Amino acid sequence: MHEETVYDALTAAHGDDARWAFGAGFDDPLAGVDTTVPDRVEPADLGAYCLMLGDDALVLSQRLIEWITRAPELEEEVAFANVALDLLGQARLLLARAGSVGVLGRSRERAGASIPDEDALAYFRDPDEFRCTALVVADGGDFARTLVRLLMASTWRLALFTQLQSSRDPVLAAIAGKGVAELSYHRSHAARWVLRLGDGTAESHRRAQAAVDFLWPLTADLFTPTEVEARLAPAGVAVDPGRLREEVHGVLTDVLTRATLTVPEWPASAPPTGRLGQHDPGRSEELTDLLAGLQGLARRHPGATW
Amino acid sequence: MPAPTLTRADAADETALQEHFDATIAAEHRIEPRDWMPEGYRKTLVRQIAQHAHSEIIGMQPEGDWLLAAPSLRRKAILLAKVQDEAGHGLYLYSATETLGADRADLTDKLIEGRQKYSSIFNYPTLTYADVGVIGWLVDGAAICNQVPLCRSSYGPYARAMIRICKEESFHQRQGYELLLTMMRGTGEQQAMVQDAVDRWWWPSLMMFGPPDTESPNSAQSMAWGIKRHSNDELRQRYVDMTVPQAEFLGVTLPDPELELDPETGRYRFGAIDWEEFKRVLAGNGPRNAERIARRRAARDDGAWVLAAATAYAEKHS
Repeated sequence: MHEETVYDALTAAHGDDARWAFGAGFDDPLAGVDTTVPDRVEPADLGAYCLMLGDDALVLSQRLIEWITRAPELEEEVAFANVALDLLGQARLLLARAGSVGVLGRSRERAGASIPDEDALAYFRDPDEFRCTALVVADGGDFARTLVRLLMASTWRLALFTQLQSSRDPVLAAIAGKGVAELSYHRSHAARWVLRLGDGTAESHRRAQAAVDFLWPLTADLFTPTEVEARLAPAGVAVDPGRLREEVHGVLTDVLTRATLTVPEWPASAPPTGRLGQHDPGRSEELTDLLAGLQGLARRHPGATW
Repeated sequence: MPAPTLTRADAADETALQEHFDATIAAEHRIEPRDWMPEGYRKTLVRQIAQHAHSEIIGMQPEGDWLLAAPSLRRKAILLAKVQDEAGHGLYLYSATETLGADRADLTDKLIEGRQKYSSIFNYPTLTYADVGVIGWLVDGAAICNQVPLCRSSYGPYARAMIRICKEESFHQRQGYELLLTMMRGTGEQQAMVQDAVDRWWWPSLMMFGPPDTESPNSAQSMAWGIKRHSNDELRQRYVDMTVPQAEFLGVTLPDPELELDPETGRYRFGAIDWEEFKRVLAGNGPRNAERIARRRAARDDGAWVLAAATAYAEKHS
């Protein structure tokens, strides 16, 4: 490389858009995808479903970002950033899809007209409008809890996205198709760490078991369909989460057993309150704090473009 | 390792090795890890590359402080990818030091104990989101001016690392500048944020090139060894000349009343740098020195049980 050319390149105009980080360009994230709502589907249902899956991804991404500059190893800084970027990308597509079918809740009353749908939904909804599950909202805790949670969340989401690839909604099918490869990596990365922690030292085993015991009850609502899912699943658009239970239980039992950890009793199914925005009191407080950090700056400048 | 006693034959060998090394440098060929090299060359390189690696890792913090609060999802993705690149650069550079016999954990300890330095620019706080853009534009811009010549470093692994790092840095610089352009087209508050950030970062960015040539003691030897290619003042001037037109296009004022184009040379004259401030921050008394190191110390100490677990697991399953 001749150094002068590098200096020149810095001041010259740039046209190499391929070098932008994924999702960092200006294009409509759904550009080129058929966004027609499939027949026999209420747009409000489709939008609500996209928010459920998008909010899970956005909140978990934020939880992983909390580790950046604080992880035990530089390699984990890179890995957490990778996973968080993937989930952020999924969230953006899903929120944009919700916006494209007109599901914006109260956010449009608060966000300026120049703010794109994905940001109106991420930054200008209140906690009771977020449709995420307790599993992703719970405070990250230590490294063990972060990795056990990532294992549980990515196992559930991978099982769901695998089936969602054949959704009749072309946007959901495309998002799922892209997400399957990402989630496979997230799950295997988390599983490798759970093995090391469970079968590592006495301290790491104790911490991993404590994480499992803390997080296990939070899976109670993961397999209960909301009314929206109950309508969309038979229409071939959504996945009935009840159908994921066997696979998720199987994978988690296998990994935990190999990690020499005790698999707790599976909790009885609970109603999907988080998906309805009715977050449990403890989780509600955590979600409010998380959203305050996420949204504060954007809300102070509702008419600004970034 | 204790220095072995030299016999007469060894001394002759050493002379031959030194001659071969000198000839390699003179021919602008690269020194590779298995080649013989003088101890001073090795030590200087380890110090320089480690300092660069530490700067990448500490440099994640000022911008990383805005990751949770980035004001749009697109900006969050851009910033996250950038901070991730910096972690990658750090890893890459620590690997280069390991080709010289250094050890990453040992270098990290030296950073935390204050026995090795990092770029003092990262001891300034990031007060608004405009700081993210200004760091990309000015701090990465200055870093690139410093680093592009290192793509021709005489030490092969360092030169190759720098080629990749410079490409990514120039991408970051462009993203930072694009954020500022967007903010300057935005609300009055956003424009004021950009100008305020430029006011705070301009002088520290000029200090990134190090002390003036008259006070840079190690430069001559490093230039002779081909691990430094231009003097501090030459690079600083190049940076100013490159940046002033960019500031004009952006619509901000650089906080230096003496800044003006010299019509004869085509280069910009600029005011005197406050080297007392530079020394104060370098000595550990900048606004955020203690916090930056404390976070690295906490990451190492709080994460020790994780590394112990990974080691124990690897031993059980090897």
